[in-house]
This record gives sequence, C-alpha cells and structure tokens, in this order.
Amino acid sequence: MKRAAFILASNPLTLLGVLLVSLVVMAAALADVIAPFPEHRGAVVDFVNFNKPPGGDFLMGTDVVGRDLFSRILYAYRISLLMAVVVLAIAVPIGVTLGLMAGYMGGRWEYGLMRVTDVFLSIPPLVLALSILGVMKPTLLNGMIAVTAMWWPWYTRLVYNITRGEKAEGYVLAAEVTGASRAHVMFREILPNCMPAIVTKMTLDAGFVILIASSLSFLGLGVQAPTPDLGSMVAEGARYLPDQWWLSVFPGLAILIAVFGFNLIGDGLRDILGGDR
Amino acid sequence: MSALLDIADLRLSFRLWSGTVEVLHGISLSIAKGERVALVGESGSGKSVTARIVLGLIQELKGATVSGRIRFDGQDLGRLSPRARHALRGTEMSMIFQDPTSSLNPVFPILRQFREVLARRTPRISEAEARARATEALREVAIHEADRVLASYPFQLSGGMNQRVMIAMALANRPKLLIADEPGTALDVTVQAQTLDLMRKLVADHGTAVLFISHNLGVVREFADRTYVIYRGRIVEQGPTAAVFADPRHAYTRALLAAQPRLTGGALPEIAERDPAFENPMEVHP
Repeated sequence: MKRAAFILASNPLTLLGVLLVSLVVMAAALADVIAPFPEHRGAVVDFVNFNKPPGGDFLMGTDVVGRDLFSRILYAYRISLLMAVVVLAIAVPIGVTLGLMAGYMGGRWEYGLMRVTDVFLSIPPLVLALSILGVMKPTLLNGMIAVTAMWWPWYTRLVYNITRGEKAEGYVLAAEVTGASRAHVMFREILPNCMPAIVTKMTLDAGFVILIASSLSFLGLGVQAPTPDLGSMVAEGARYLPDQWWLSVFPGLAILIAVFGFNLIGDGLRDILGGDR
Repeated sequence: MSALLDIADLRLSFRLWSGTVEVLHGISLSIAKGERVALVGESGSGKSVTARIVLGLIQELKGATVSGRIRFDGQDLGRLSPRARHALRGTEMSMIFQDPTSSLNPVFPILRQFREVLARRTPRISEAEARARATEALREVAIHEADRVLASYPFQLSGGMNQRVMIAMALANRPKLLIADEPGTALDVTVQAQTLDLMRKLVADHGTAVLFISHNLGVVREFADRTYVIYRGRIVEQGPTAAVFADPRHAYTRALLAAQPRLTGGALPEIAERDPAFENPMEVHP
C-alpha cells in the first residue's frame, strides 16, 4: 500500500487520472443532488429557455427543447458507468475462465476455445457490435449484450497467453504433485498470477467501453431518447454546429474526461502492479 | 521385508505423428520402507519420467502408454482409479524439485501455501493449527524464525531458505515416499550440501523412503543407501551405493564416474553419445 501511495505521488498523471475518474463517479452518483434541473433528464420542454448559450442559470447552456445540458450530462454519466461496469462484470469472468481453461488444459480445449476466440477477434469490434445491434432492438440492454460479446475474447487471449507461460513454472507442477485439483491449480494458483495484467486491462477497458458505447449511441444504436446519453447528445448536437457549439462540445468533453481518466489510471496501474517481478 | 515401492518391467512410450517412441524399456526398481535409493543418469535417460509415473502424472497424459507393474505400499497403482491415485499425491507421496524458488507460488505468502499442503491430509485445517504445524515443520529444517518466514513471499527468501521450506512442506504430511528430483541443483554447492544433510537426518527420523534422482554422483554417494544407474531408459547397474562406486562393473557407470570433476583439475574425458558397451546387460551387485 505504501509503495502504491509512493508511486502515485511521484506519478502526477496517475493522480490526475484518479482525480478525473472520481469526479466522473461522483457526478454520476450525486447527479440528483448536483444537477440544477434533475427533471431535465426526461422529456421536458421549456420553450422560454431553449438554445441558451452557456452562462447564467445554465452552466453549459440548454438544448433545442430548453433542457439544461449540465444536468443531462451528469445523468448521462450514469448510463456510461453502468455500461462499463456491466460489460466488464460479464465479459471479464467469461473471458478469464475460458482463457485459463484453454491455456491450462491444452489439447482439444485449447484448440476449440482459441479458434472460437480467434473468430471473434478477427471481426472488427465495432462492426461486430453493430451487426448484433442490427438484428436486435436498439436498447440499453441490447447495447450491453453487443459490447460484451465483442469484449470477452480479448481477455481470453490475454489470460491464455499468461497461463501458457505460468504453466511451465515450477509452482504449477508442485501444486499438481501435492494433489491439487485442476480447478484449484487454475483459479487458486495461476489466476492470482494473472491478476495484475487483468486489473490493468480492466481499468483501461472501462474507458474504452464508455467510448464504444458512446459510438454506438452516436450512431443511434443504444440508449434511446429521452434518456440522456453522451454519444447520442454529441450526435444530436452535431447537427447544430457551429452555431450552437455547446450542444456537442460539452458531451464530447465529458466523454474525453472519462476515457482519459481511466486510461491514466490504467497506465499508472501498469507501473504499480508490474514492478514486483 | 516387503518393498514400499516396487516397479517391475516398467515401459513407457509416447505416440507421436511419426509413430511410437519407447522411452523406458523395462525398468525394475524397488525401495524398502525408509530406504534411500538413488536413480542416476544423464539428461534424457528417463530419470524424471520414472518419478512422474510413480506420482501418476504421466498416466493422465494422452498419447502416453505405460505398462508394467508399480506396487506402492501394497497397492497396484495401475489398478487404482485416477481418483484413488490422486488421493495418494501430497499425502502418501510427495516431491521436491530442482528449483525451490520457482516451485513456490510467487503471489502467496509461505503460510498460505503451507496451509494448502496440510489441508491435503487435514481438510479445513484452521489457520492457527496450520501455523502451529508449519512452525513445527520449519523448526525441523532448522528455521527458527518461523513467523517471519511464514509471512514472507518466496521471492523475499533466499534459495536455500526456500529449499528448506520445500523440504518442510514435502515432509509435513508424513509421506511414506519422498521423490527428490535433483533437489537443489539450482542452488550453490555449500547450501546444497547443508540442505541435503538436513534432509537426510529428517527422512531418517521419520522413516521416509526417498527416491533420489540426480546426475550428481558426489551427492548420491553421500546420500543414498542403494543406487540404480539408468542409461537410455534401461537400468544398467544397481547395488549398494558403496559397492557401485567402489567397483563399477558396467561400462557406462565407469564412464560416468570417470567424468566427475575433481578438485585437482585436469581435463574430463568425454562420454560417448553411444557405445556398444553401454548396451551390455545389467550388472547387479549383491
């Protein structure tokens, strides 16, 4: 812990990442308290205050139907973070388990699992998600399913590669001769040795999931109006560029802050966790 | 006196694309209870696979065919179910390895790994009991600062320390047979000598039989009661260690002994890769 704190202190960029991510998490968690117009998250129309530039009561201006952009961005963060958490919570355990099995058990398991993984990896991720969403209704849940489907193979390959290396280590054989079961060797001996890489990748990926989810909703495949979503807000605002620039610039900046923050933490974690061996 | 481990006509072959390759051509070997037996040979002669067959690890590989009879403690290992064979590992037989540091999982402190070993014999052992028994086991290998060692990660301890931890773990469940696969080859010579000395005392105290696998003749001479010399999957000479060393009868044993480095220096003779004399029948010392 002390060492982590030391590295954090001597690594201002990581500290900035932690700051940005806590800002985003706070914004999402406390949206009800912070947002000046909580009701603007839904279908509200206020023709008196539409298209107001930033300033006054409206920190980031208002949109074409008079809703406060700042309030909507706060609520949009909720969707983004929910997306990141749900996608990673499903994709990582699946990907890691399959990777461990393929790497440790070898033979047919390795062949079968890794070929399926290769098929998924050979399709450009966004195209895969788009085609899945093309068949299904564009909702938040389906968006999550689509992104999850394109995400797990990366973890399978990451863990598979580490497992292949760790399998040759003496402690794996030592565990086998003391009579440990296959599941024990995989999850209790090898998995802990994969954790630094997995945690680092997860942090980096949290940002990328937000980015991909925003891309999907930018294309209209994802959360539907009136629920606020960063991607669809950028898409909507882009139509009014350059006159009402705030409509797309602020949601865009919001995406940037979240992705940037997670990336900085991920890079920092790589330094902190990778130092041991 | 019946043997603890009795291997008769053990053959092992691997099925490959190009056909079947026989690796062991009928090994016979026996170890009495509490006896220290060495298996000596060059790299690739079949020492380590023999050990792994005894542990039942090779049998689980696809493409490996094992024949012959292996009796351990009155049971025929070939007839045991994989589950029953599995139950013997870590309880009735255990193993220590060449490189002690890499044989311990780098991400867990020693205590946790000790506890897992003890849990093989005593499922759901409490942490306090595991700590007490680990402390006791470490005391036997002359580690007196058990608390510090148990809280350490393997990479925080020296190689010699890890080696002693491995020995303590391997003997913690009071196995009947300990298989030592070139123990401490990765350590420097003085440390190796110390730990072997410790190990010899310990196995004598507990009455543990040892199958000692090595290419280091000096160590074998110090350690083993009886010696088997293995060459290309065949036992070429066997007998009490003193007799084998004093009067090597097989051409390969003689070549092996001649190739020992000496303190006085001098060039080492090369052992021929193959020699018709090496294929001579087995020499048995009474």
